[in-house]
Amino acid sequence: MEEQNKKREEVCPSKKGKLDLDTARARISEAKGPEYWRSLEELAGSPDFQEMMHREFPKGASEWLDAVSRRGFMKLMGASLAMAGMTACTKQPLESIVPYVKQPEEVIPGRPLFFATAFTLSGYAAPILVESHLYRPTKIEGNDKHPASLGGTDVFAQASILEMYDPDRSQDIEHLGAMKTWGNFVDEIRGPLSAQKAVQGAGMRILTRTVSSPTLADQLHELLKFYPQAKWHVYEAANRDSYRAGSQMAFGQQVETQYKLDKAEVILSLDADFLYAGFPGFTRYAHDFAAGRNPNAEKMSRLYVVESTPTTTGGKADHRLPMRAVDIEPFARALASALGAGSSSTLSGEQQKYLSALAKDLQSHRGSSVVIAGDNQSPAVHALAHSMNQALGNVGKTVVYTEPVDANPINQTESLKDLVADMRGGKVELLIILGANPAYDAPADFAFADALKNTNIQTRVHLGLYQDETAELCHWHLNEAHYLEAWGDARAYDGTVSIVQPLIAPLYEGKSAYEMVSALAGQGQTSGHELVQNYWKKQHTGADFDAFWRKSLHDGWVEGTKFSSKQVSAKSVSAPSSSSPAQGFEINFRRDPSVYDGRFSNNGWLQEVPKPMSKITWDNPVMISPAMADRLKLASEAMIQIELNGKKVVAPVWVQTGHPDNSITAFLGYGRRRAGRAGTAAGFDMYPLVYSATPGFATGVNITTTGDTYKLASTQGYQTMETQDGATRPLVRSTSLEEFKKEPKFAQEEEPPPSLTLYPGFDYSKEPNSWGMTIDMSSCVGCNNCIIACQSENNIPVVGKEQVVRGRHMHWLRVDSYYQGDRANPKAYFQPVPCMQCENAPCETVCPVGATVHSTEGLNDMVYNRCVGTRYCSNNCPYKVRRFNFLLYQDWETPQYKMMRNPDVTVRSRGVMEKCTYCIQRITWARIDSEREGDKGGKITGQVRDGELQTACQQSCPTNAITFGNINDRSSKVSKAKSDPRNYSLLADLNTRPRTTYLAEVRNPNPELEG
Amino acid sequence: MDERNDRVALLEKQAPVIEPGHTFATVTDKISDVVLTRPITIGWVFGSFVAFMAVMGLLLAVSYLFLKGVGIWGINIPVGWGFAIVNFVWWIGIGHAGTLISAILMLLRQSWRNSINRFAEAMTLFAVACAGMFPVLHMGRPWLAYWLFPYPNTMNYWPQFRSPLVWDVFAVSTYGTTSLLFWFIGLIPDLATMRDRTNKKPLKFIFGALALGWRGSARHWHRYETAYLLLAGLATPLVLSVHTVVSFDFAIGIIPGWHTTIFPPYFVAGAIYSGFAMVLVLAIPIRQFYKLKDFITDRHLQNSAMVMLATGLIVAYGYGIEAFMGWYSGNRYDSFLLWNRLHGPYAFWYYSLLVCNIFIPQVLWIKKLRSSPAFLFLISLVVLVGMWLERFIIVVVSLHRDFLTSSFGMYYPTRWDWMTFIGTLGFFFLAMFLFMRALPAISIFEMRTLLPQAEVKHK
Repeated sequence: MEEQNKKREEVCPSKKGKLDLDTARARISEAKGPEYWRSLEELAGSPDFQEMMHREFPKGASEWLDAVSRRGFMKLMGASLAMAGMTACTKQPLESIVPYVKQPEEVIPGRPLFFATAFTLSGYAAPILVESHLYRPTKIEGNDKHPASLGGTDVFAQASILEMYDPDRSQDIEHLGAMKTWGNFVDEIRGPLSAQKAVQGAGMRILTRTVSSPTLADQLHELLKFYPQAKWHVYEAANRDSYRAGSQMAFGQQVETQYKLDKAEVILSLDADFLYAGFPGFTRYAHDFAAGRNPNAEKMSRLYVVESTPTTTGGKADHRLPMRAVDIEPFARALASALGAGSSSTLSGEQQKYLSALAKDLQSHRGSSVVIAGDNQSPAVHALAHSMNQALGNVGKTVVYTEPVDANPINQTESLKDLVADMRGGKVELLIILGANPAYDAPADFAFADALKNTNIQTRVHLGLYQDETAELCHWHLNEAHYLEAWGDARAYDGTVSIVQPLIAPLYEGKSAYEMVSALAGQGQTSGHELVQNYWKKQHTGADFDAFWRKSLHDGWVEGTKFSSKQVSAKSVSAPSSSSPAQGFEINFRRDPSVYDGRFSNNGWLQEVPKPMSKITWDNPVMISPAMADRLKLASEAMIQIELNGKKVVAPVWVQTGHPDNSITAFLGYGRRRAGRAGTAAGFDMYPLVYSATPGFATGVNITTTGDTYKLASTQGYQTMETQDGATRPLVRSTSLEEFKKEPKFAQEEEPPPSLTLYPGFDYSKEPNSWGMTIDMSSCVGCNNCIIACQSENNIPVVGKEQVVRGRHMHWLRVDSYYQGDRANPKAYFQPVPCMQCENAPCETVCPVGATVHSTEGLNDMVYNRCVGTRYCSNNCPYKVRRFNFLLYQDWETPQYKMMRNPDVTVRSRGVMEKCTYCIQRITWARIDSEREGDKGGKITGQVRDGELQTACQQSCPTNAITFGNINDRSSKVSKAKSDPRNYSLLADLNTRPRTTYLAEVRNPNPELEG
Repeated sequence: MDERNDRVALLEKQAPVIEPGHTFATVTDKISDVVLTRPITIGWVFGSFVAFMAVMGLLLAVSYLFLKGVGIWGINIPVGWGFAIVNFVWWIGIGHAGTLISAILMLLRQSWRNSINRFAEAMTLFAVACAGMFPVLHMGRPWLAYWLFPYPNTMNYWPQFRSPLVWDVFAVSTYGTTSLLFWFIGLIPDLATMRDRTNKKPLKFIFGALALGWRGSARHWHRYETAYLLLAGLATPLVLSVHTVVSFDFAIGIIPGWHTTIFPPYFVAGAIYSGFAMVLVLAIPIRQFYKLKDFITDRHLQNSAMVMLATGLIVAYGYGIEAFMGWYSGNRYDSFLLWNRLHGPYAFWYYSLLVCNIFIPQVLWIKKLRSSPAFLFLISLVVLVGMWLERFIIVVVSLHRDFLTSSFGMYYPTRWDWMTFIGTLGFFFLAMFLFMRALPAISIFEMRTLLPQAEVKHK
């Protein structure tokens, strides 16, 4: 009863004591000065006063008890409900939702956050920063503070964001095809584990790929302590066995070799493709290499490449010597002997000439030269490279040895061989495969898939991102968490540990290898975060772990984990030359530049990025030399049958200029059976030809033509600057260092005067910002990174092989590669081509609806909404950088892709033209910031500070070949680059006045080998 | 008197424009009977059916096009324009002969035109209709085609008047409108004749409505003559301007093979060339099957053949200049263009073009061959193919290899390209078939003016 009264009082304040206005007036009049105001405030704040106000201006609700006003109130409510109903098109969720009371720290809606983490490939971590829009990772950039990245990345790291959102990724845990939960697995694995415990793990085997993670290695070692008889095997197809064996041969121990290419003046690569993603340390090496190739600097390095298949590294060489892989070892021996570090062997005339000049050049650069051996080559070549580096006094200067990055540096082929023997021998009862896919990529002679079917293996567990060929043969398949979803750690090529922090909760509740091993150790509920943190708690000796942890996560690496250099001395190589029968052709096995060893098969971005030399997408044709093609009467796209040791594989050929004769190159990683929508059945599986004894290359191949042809999707059908009428177009301009010194402005030509146009000009010099770009072709190594970075930044769709065949790929930025000279050994040039942002843009004048227009900052803007799709602009673009949505290329349905896209960039629809915008979304953010914070002098002029803004391609470029900025700012980097004597415009004679210009390429050939 | 004798002498040497023996009544009977009394023949049904099926193919192709996008065609980057633009230019060109015959020849008082102008104008209309489809169909987002028109909108946004495609919109729409009016005005007296001659009520009503109350009074004739003359004056510059503007679609671009000042005259000549070829392709069977040889005489065929010969030579001159400039300019892109036409992947089609447009038509110099209708029919077909190839060479071959060697590409038409092209041919011929049966294909009253009885006797 009393309660009711109280309620009544609450709603009907008239029952309560009223505020006496007279008293109040008296109170106020008594006060003076500041007190007067205070009293007013007090008065206004007092409950009595509020009560009075309530009565004076009723809120409606208090009228509830009054019958007459209640009707009025109901009318009002009814009307407003109806109004609300009209406007409320979105439904509220049934569950209670809580809005931001306070905005989360650091989150500004619309602006991304960047988190440091690391992408791992074959054990080597690439330190990255991940752009996160409201906790959705959308773009990967290099960690500019980390010495292994300096801002650059590689194609695999860039494209891994697509892998995470891949809708074909394994999404659940399955046991014999039935859906299970993690709890089920943890329960049911207990049985086999306790059986193993009884025999000390004698029947237990764990197979991983290369592990450099200190945490995971520690966990596995702990697990092996618990099951002493169990074994940890390591295998991946892209292993570094011969690198390890070479180290063993030269030093008697495992060491990691690092190169200081910025200090090297003469660089020799023995089949090492160190200027393409996949080579450990590529990003840093490319950066250092480019730094040493500045023709304006005092010294410019010289690159010699002896290689068995054309690569970008060979393309950048000043002197390239194509040679069969089998001939490289004798060459290395001869070179070593010339340098006083080994026995000699006989060479052909051309090789001898090359060798003597090279030896002389190396000799005269003692301590500032470097010899790099490729992973494909035999251990002896690696050992020879070590002894040559030692003989040249390079160790400690351009070559540094450290502890191995691999936590378990064993011979992986041997390791897998042992495992297969045990599997066949019935010794294996519980097999746990973490991430590896040996059923697809193991050497053919192991017949791993067969061995896996052995019924003695009662429990086969597979943890992987995809339900791949191996998952198919296992009892259990667990969906692995992607590295962007899980905690972990890994070492970069220099040993620095990066903590891998997740950017998003696992999309499909996947589990990481860490959590899996923890489950095997009986702790299935421990989170990856705890596992990694616990390990580092053990390692951390300082006081404040939280500060250490926060700093490590923030910076992207753990302080003090970089390996220090190790003093080793190379023994002279006494290994017998691994002579092989020279009959038949040689076959070279290479990991694919796009899909690596096959693990990225289902990555559309990587499938569609043109291979750097052939510009092929979606396939892995076998490369043959032009001379060999003529002899065998083969043309590109002809099908051949390759026979090696009785195994036969059918594949199309691609005539690759610069390929060594009597040799073919087969790229691994294609022909997957269970990769996903993009990867399954793309290309041809070459693993059946790979034997454990000859993982890098083999001889004795027979080739027969089948008479069939196969359509290949190339994005550049014509790879020379010479037209068939015999004229040469000056697209890429280059000269030698010597000529450059004499005539620095060799690339420049007279440009038509600006007045030579019908239309009135515009004075850009008065604008605060005028955007411009330069691309230094001396630096560009053709690594394709900018293409993927652009694709990721600008929501560029993947169109598929059939559309690429029709000439409709969508890349806003492409890298044209040109060959010049002798088809057997041509010079190669790489030219990235984004939109030129012409000041006199031919595209603009022909658009009938004004969908492409010029901005005052000199940008050629594309208005998607206005575009009706006549394609006239593309026809009239002399650079053909415009891309058209001939069909609906964007996936508008898949929810994962919706999350992945950059929210700052429009997702284009069918029938609309698109092209490079100089990353206008980034420009706009920078402009907004500059309008708020002022220019470099602090004044608000709208001028963006130099370096504040990077386009996606520029940001990702490991060699800093791309410079972008404000050309109205005389001190900006791009202004300086544009005043470089090498600066020239492409097709300047058309008077397009492009804003993107090129710095001509300068090479540094050895005068002794010229002419 | 001398002048008149000369004219008579000339006429006697040449074939007559109307066979002797006709009276006003026979002319009217012969032409109107085609529509009013002649039974429908198997040949007409069969021809219409084939054309109708092609139109169904067009509908299918267009439906699929709207569903999927222009990607169903063979176009790509670098060849952003393919069959659609080739066909557009070809059809527009064909239309030109009709206007030339009805407007320019009328102003020049070439009375022989009277027997072919009606169906030539119909041909123009149908050709422009076929042509008009393509610019809309070839758009990436055809439902926004109206954005090319300067209509008032809330965004205050106009088309981009620097673009020749906008000029095209005006040129083609003006041309289409003028052609329609010209044709319709010219039909009014004949529609009245048909109204008066038919016994069937519905037909009487339809013809009557279309005749706009024509009674043939002197005042009517006076107004008619004035209007017709005015429209002829309006249409005459269009003959030259429409294809000039169409040629700007290319000449304004910077692509080698497009960027050339010779395009306007060369395009206009080419248009008339192909137009007369189409006139002959239509006239020869019509006069054969509908027994109208009295009205469409050998004289008409000869005159058309001579126009073809003359315009064909202008076109040949255009090719010659293009080739000459390729060499003379010393421009690496232009000289490669020439090389590429002669030796590139489409060289076969370039040689076919030269054979079809230049070499074969030269036989028209021989009078004997020129007077053979069957032979003329064949030559006209060859010229039509040649002129289509010319547009293919201009559009595709110029685009497929332009400036950067890295962007060199190829163009292969798909089945949808062919279905659309054949579909418009079907549309054109179906429309012609219907026209032949529905309206007087030859202008009755103008034919009557050709009779000697119509001559004003001087006293």
